[in-house]
Amino acid sequence: MKFGVVVFPGTWSDMDCYHVLDTVLHQEVRYLWHQETDLGGADCVILPGGFSYGDYLRAGALARFAPIMGAVADFAARGGLVLGICNGFQILCESGLLPGVLMRNRHLQFRCQWVHLRAERATTPFSGAMQPGQVLRMPISHGEGNYYADAETLAELERRGQVVFRYCAADGRITEGANPNGALRNIAGIVNREGNVLGMMPHPERCCEPLVGGADGLLVFQSLVQSSLKALGAV
Amino acid sequence: MFLARVYVTLKPAVNDPQGLTILGGLHTLGFASVEQVRMGKYLEIRVDAPDADAARAQVEAMCRKLLANPVIEEFRFELDAPAPAAG
Repeated sequence: MKFGVVVFPGTWSDMDCYHVLDTVLHQEVRYLWHQETDLGGADCVILPGGFSYGDYLRAGALARFAPIMGAVADFAARGGLVLGICNGFQILCESGLLPGVLMRNRHLQFRCQWVHLRAERATTPFSGAMQPGQVLRMPISHGEGNYYADAETLAELERRGQVVFRYCAADGRITEGANPNGALRNIAGIVNREGNVLGMMPHPERCCEPLVGGADGLLVFQSLVQSSLKALGAV
Repeated sequence: MFLARVYVTLKPAVNDPQGLTILGGLHTLGFASVEQVRMGKYLEIRVDAPDADAARAQVEAMCRKLLANPVIEEFRFELDAPAPAAG
């Protein structure tokens, strides 16, 4: 499977994503500079974490006008797989590829810590390698991860099963105490209606080897590889 | 040249943790009279346009396209009659 990792000025998780795809999962991967207008034949595009354009104005607000984002939007509209992590999630919301917005954390603190997530759906290309309801452990690292959408949009997300990950306690219960940023309904990750664009605040690319304290993040990338093999009819 | 003073504010229904924290700070300083604080953004934009209507239309488009996020924010602006450029 061919992955493209988008690099904006201020992106900081690009090398972690590259490392996981190349060294850990032995997939084809290349960087896509924000000035490029072609995705180089990628089967999946990743918008990694960081502070694109310094988070000026609003997190993700300026990145969405980068030349590469036109190609990403066209790719997504054709059903291409797009994974936005942290700042990538913020960019997808600002671009209108995902509904809602990531606001300043409720307590105003930047949070860099491990959290537990519950996989609400195992039927997306991003979560197919998980069990429904499986509890995952991943790190977060953000100041603006407080997911907000109006009541109508939230109801729609729930009704269509677009909430893929929720912050939970270690035993999988969805509690207020397990919510690290004030996100509505403990939302940590959502997909678009078509199911081919996912945004998530936690960092799967930072927990793909036991050496770094956990490997649950691999499940996200393995799900993507599996889904592409399925699409090819290989499994 | 026109000067637009743009105010971007959170919609009334949207929680404002920064405003709440500032409210707490003001109370701590003894400003017990403060009942509410809402924080927003203020931008000054100089626009070269043939007339006020054209300038207004441009600023409106800028607000809609970039300066405010319609999911959570509202905007309003004032336009000053031709003003000399700074410097």
